[in-house]
Amino acid sequence: MPSLNFRKLSITQESVVFALAAVLFVVFSLTLHNFLTPGNLIALVRSVSILGILGLGMGLVVIGRGIDLAMVATMVVAVSWVLSLATHQHVPLGWALLIGAAFSVLGGLVSGVLIAYAVVPAIFTTLAMGLVIYGVGRAWLFEVDVQNTPNDSAFFQFLSDAKLLGLPLPIVLFALLALALWALLRWTRFGRYIYASGDNPAAARNAGVPLRPLIVSQYVITALVAYAAGLVMAATSAGLSTRVYNSTMIYDVLLVVVLGGIGLSGGRGGVRNVLVGTLLIGVLLDGMTILNVPYVEQNLIKSVILLVAIVIDSFVNPRDEQTAQQEQGDI
Amino acid sequence: MKLRMVLAIALGLMFAGGALAEDKGLDNHAKRDPYYEKLKGKKVLFVPLAMGFDLTEGWAAIMRRQAKDLGYTFEIRDPNWSTDAGTRAITDAIAQKSDLLIVHNPDLQSYAKLEQRAVQAGIKVLQVNLETVNPTDTYIGADWVKVGLIEAQALVDHCGKESGKSGKVAILEGQPTAASNLYELYAYNHVFADHPEIQVVADQAATYDPAKARAITETVLQQHPDLCGIVGNWDNQDVGAGAAVQAAGKSGQVFIVTSGGGSKTGCDNISKGLLSEIVSYDVPLQGDALNQAIVELLLSPAKAGTVQTTYFTPLTLQTKDTISPRQCWTLDDLK
Repeated sequence: MPSLNFRKLSITQESVVFALAAVLFVVFSLTLHNFLTPGNLIALVRSVSILGILGLGMGLVVIGRGIDLAMVATMVVAVSWVLSLATHQHVPLGWALLIGAAFSVLGGLVSGVLIAYAVVPAIFTTLAMGLVIYGVGRAWLFEVDVQNTPNDSAFFQFLSDAKLLGLPLPIVLFALLALALWALLRWTRFGRYIYASGDNPAAARNAGVPLRPLIVSQYVITALVAYAAGLVMAATSAGLSTRVYNSTMIYDVLLVVVLGGIGLSGGRGGVRNVLVGTLLIGVLLDGMTILNVPYVEQNLIKSVILLVAIVIDSFVNPRDEQTAQQEQGDI
Repeated sequence: MKLRMVLAIALGLMFAGGALAEDKGLDNHAKRDPYYEKLKGKKVLFVPLAMGFDLTEGWAAIMRRQAKDLGYTFEIRDPNWSTDAGTRAITDAIAQKSDLLIVHNPDLQSYAKLEQRAVQAGIKVLQVNLETVNPTDTYIGADWVKVGLIEAQALVDHCGKESGKSGKVAILEGQPTAASNLYELYAYNHVFADHPEIQVVADQAATYDPAKARAITETVLQQHPDLCGIVGNWDNQDVGAGAAVQAAGKSGQVFIVTSGGGSKTGCDNISKGLLSEIVSYDVPLQGDALNQAIVELLLSPAKAGTVQTTYFTPLTLQTKDTISPRQCWTLDDLK
């Protein structure tokens, strides 16, 4: 029997959120007709799989003590460009997809270089990069902000309809990405470096971690993750609207990450936290849709839960002198 | 003497020539001069919800064409879905003493007071397709109650008593506070009240986002696998609902009726089987109506706000059987 120490028993935000999700899950299962059916559970996970995929990317940079507010912009602009090239300019889809990927990488590179080499704080760099990417897209890359997937495209049909072991592809991709990221963070040198640099960048650099290339690579990875999420999103709703950039989606992504318990001060948390955060949001959204809760109340409930999570976070991880001394200060 | 003769003959010829030319037609100076003179140099400002989607790009293309032709300035202040930026744009227009303000309202309230201020400052205000609670000089756009009545009736026809179907329908709202949404909701409830067999099993806002429409529809379909119909606020949003229905393999079963500007994108979504019926408010036609109203408002001696008119643009129904290339416009057609 493994020894139980006090640390393991102490309340973490992750466990609180997990418990909250579990309680909601049980309550909905008992009270809502058809909640606890395989079909609904698949729909539940599927509806948050894109949020979850973005959350995984965001989780990675946040662990490395960064933040990427340009993810949603990268997602909508790169994928809208792909769709526009394929449907209006009649570029073969394969080429269009490559161009989209290259665009995403470029965006990530610029953010990464500015943050790593010009030492501009990540929150401002990516906020501005999001605007730049969105502006470039709207000005030059496509004319209309709603792009449909090309007619009879086998690729998008596959992304939206294919199933593996009865699970739709978006869920499978979410799971695979979670697994890959988990392995990356846990088993590779790259992953350990990210934790080290997130926990204490100066110490990590002194210990020989190639800090700057490491930071650049994180933003390239998140950009590619965002691109993948966008492709899945376009496939599942047969089109993509760049208006998503103007929505609160980037905050929802952050919500998933913070809710799950990845501290914004870096170096803490992992894939499991993102999964827990995503799960809670998924259960909540699905239950509220079934209950037919009006839009305004849904937003209210979501924000109250975020507030509760933040309050719990500040009790569990109190702000103190040590966290305030970090380069970016307390967020 | 000789010089005088030459002059006299020249003069005579000139008159004769002039008379001959005049005899061939009329110059219509009386109407043409004030028309073109008065329009020249006027300032028209358009504040849309945002540029970059079929409706606003379509209207702007048509309005821009006429402005260029008639020599008044036509400028767009794109608030890009931000009511805040839109408020600034309208405040700016008041300060700059534009002659005509064309506003596409995000909801019933936000710009209502501001538009009254513009009118008080002597600027005529034309509201397009989405109105506020306060009427201004002109409203040109869809009659949303009528759109809603047509949509609800289509659902009753497909899911009502004689259809032998479940009668379960879902409502996908757009932006909850927008004119289109509130007027349509009234119409749905009004029609469904007379048809107790129609059961509204979900009423959710997708806020113009196809991804949200998809997620809502997917959940509703899980709860009610026998769902018969969906009525939505906008084709660009409800394509997501169509994708969810298609993914669930229920394309034949669930009838999706919505409304839109009648662009080729919407038609494509019908032919792909994502949407069943679009009540189209016909953007090219609205554009022409806007152009006519612009000229009338700029030329009319009436003071801003004194004459208030409404033109509900005609509606057409688009289904798989009725769509033809002529009905489905692309942006290039309008430029």
